Amino acid sequence: MSSGVRRRGVGRPAGADPVPLPRTGRDGPARGRDDPAKPGIPVAPRAGLLRRIVRDRVVLLMALPGLGVMLAFAYLPLLGNFIAFQEYLPFVPLGRSAWVGFDNFSVIFNGDQEFLNAVGNTLTITLVQVVFVFPAPILLALLLNSLMSERLKKIVQSILYLPHFLSWVIVVAIFQQMLGGGGMLNNALRSAGQGTVNILGNPDAFIAVITSQVMWKDTGWATILFLAVLAQISPTLYEAASVDGASKMRQLWHVTLPGMRGIIIMLLILRLGDSLTVGFEQILLQQKAFGREASEVLDTYVYNNGIVGGQWGVAAAVGLVKGLVGVALVYGANKVAHVFGESGVYEKR
Amino acid sequence: MTTLTDPRERSRPPRKPSRRSPRGERPLDAPSLPVRGLKGVVLTVLCAIVVVPFVGIVATSVADPHEVTQAGGFVLWPTSLDLSTYRTLFAGGVVTQALVVSGLVTLGGTFVSLTLSTMLAYALSRSGTVGNRAMLLLVLLTLLFTPGLIPTYLTVKQFGLLDSLWALILPTAVSGFNVIVLRSFFMNIPRELIDSARIDGAGEFGIFWRVVLPLSRAVLAVIGLFYAVGYWNNFFNALLYINDTAKWPLQLVLRTFVVNEAQLGSSQLGASAEALPPQESIQMAILVISIVPILLVYPFLQRHFSKGMLTGAVKG
Repeated sequence: MSSGVRRRGVGRPAGADPVPLPRTGRDGPARGRDDPAKPGIPVAPRAGLLRRIVRDRVVLLMALPGLGVMLAFAYLPLLGNFIAFQEYLPFVPLGRSAWVGFDNFSVIFNGDQEFLNAVGNTLTITLVQVVFVFPAPILLALLLNSLMSERLKKIVQSILYLPHFLSWVIVVAIFQQMLGGGGMLNNALRSAGQGTVNILGNPDAFIAVITSQVMWKDTGWATILFLAVLAQISPTLYEAASVDGASKMRQLWHVTLPGMRGIIIMLLILRLGDSLTVGFEQILLQQKAFGREASEVLDTYVYNNGIVGGQWGVAAAVGLVKGLVGVALVYGANKVAHVFGESGVYEKR
Repeated sequence: MTTLTDPRERSRPPRKPSRRSPRGERPLDAPSLPVRGLKGVVLTVLCAIVVVPFVGIVATSVADPHEVTQAGGFVLWPTSLDLSTYRTLFAGGVVTQALVVSGLVTLGGTFVSLTLSTMLAYALSRSGTVGNRAMLLLVLLTLLFTPGLIPTYLTVKQFGLLDSLWALILPTAVSGFNVIVLRSFFMNIPRELIDSARIDGAGEFGIFWRVVLPLSRAVLAVIGLFYAVGYWNNFFNALLYINDTAKWPLQLVLRTFVVNEAQLGSSQLGASAEALPPQESIQMAILVISIVPILLVYPFLQRHFSKGMLTGAVKG
């Protein structure tokens, strides 16, 4: 705020600034203080680094706490990945454990059975969810968009968006109360004199159950982006198509879908980039019911072996490789998008 | 995004101009009766799938305990009202304690998050300041990767935050996405307002506090609610970092006693054994208690999210 470039531009002499320059240690030697800036002459845009730090100190101080938290909890853990190369023991001070090179990665390279099972489950779930979960909000958005009555649309949206804001614990609990042994479905079956069905706890039903939970929770909410894009498609295009005699289906094919192409491709890229991440909290909550074999995915593998099982190094190694592959997947998917002439998640530079 | 649209066409009125437009707005295109009927059925079924569980859970939690036992643990429409389960839960046992913890974490966390995020977003919106691009990159990169579970746990442990409620707040305190949304909102505030405040002698913080924040109430409300819902719903961080059951938030109680169906004894509830309602009633009531706050803020969220969230996100 003091001796700001912009302020000098307004014509106030810098020397008349009443605000004293800071004396905090951060600013180092106050070289900027004997700044001989002459009144009225605009300062060169590229001042010295130190001078610019002093000039922008309030803004920098405002950014500091937030950036600090980000550095501490998003970037510092990246460095913590070094324990993937150590025989880490929780009782030994951090960094004093023995270095073991790539030993911890042997489960990955030698194909440990449990690890391969987790990878297989993860990829199967991703595949099933891309096929069933991904198109659902697109269809729902098209349906909502075709409604004539705005009020009806609003009401339906309010209801269908709600589950998104419930936690996974609540969603899993609700499913238990509906489909579990003492839940609504089996209660109804019992009172109708039928046998009960065991859905929650049947390993074969695991993928179907978690997929329907994801759909129940997030299909409504996921329409929000598609609806925004649909609203941007110009009505004149529909009018023109209609004048040319295009039926509703042809309008959908030639106007609506091309309009949604960009967002669909972008979201698909994001989903594929996340191939190795499938509903960690959701699955962890239900592992006890379905058993580890059917429900172990990469994230739960890391949790169960590391935090629970104490194999910190191995778990960190698997987590590290998973993270690296994930970044590579996003990058690769973007490249593919650029090949197809789409902008993708980030722009081609 | 829409490659086909001519920018000139954007200024035309939207397709559905009036909210109360009766059918017949597009008489030639109006769908036939069977199509309309089919849409109605589909939407009704979808809404029922969402609504019925809620009705059942609330109904069971307030139904007479005998009725619950008789019905096998699930009542869709209670014949009589009985709030004794809630009285038991609020009597000062595990659930009451968890509710206090969750409330504290949610309120405190939202305050911390909003403070840090708005200040950071404001700093990022002042392009031209030193280090602006580097800081922006630092924030954007966090959107691309998530740090692994094990290193994050060790970091929190190294900071000595295990078994501290701060462990439920700090790791998720600043969301890169929210910061970017706030920043793009701040950048859309007319420059003239900021310049005139500066001429009037306001410093950067004064501009932030007296000009930018008051103009951003809507987006602050949305972001704040999103943070609050996040803190309220957080279960995994508590599982990881909190061993002391006295510091358990509600979601962890919910997992233990509802999802994993551990028996909630009279000692944990501070109630006498004979007065204990059936476990099903207790489970449903805990569920209801954890859902109600979300339902309370939901209308506010809803009013704002299409406005605040999307305008920010799309332009960002």
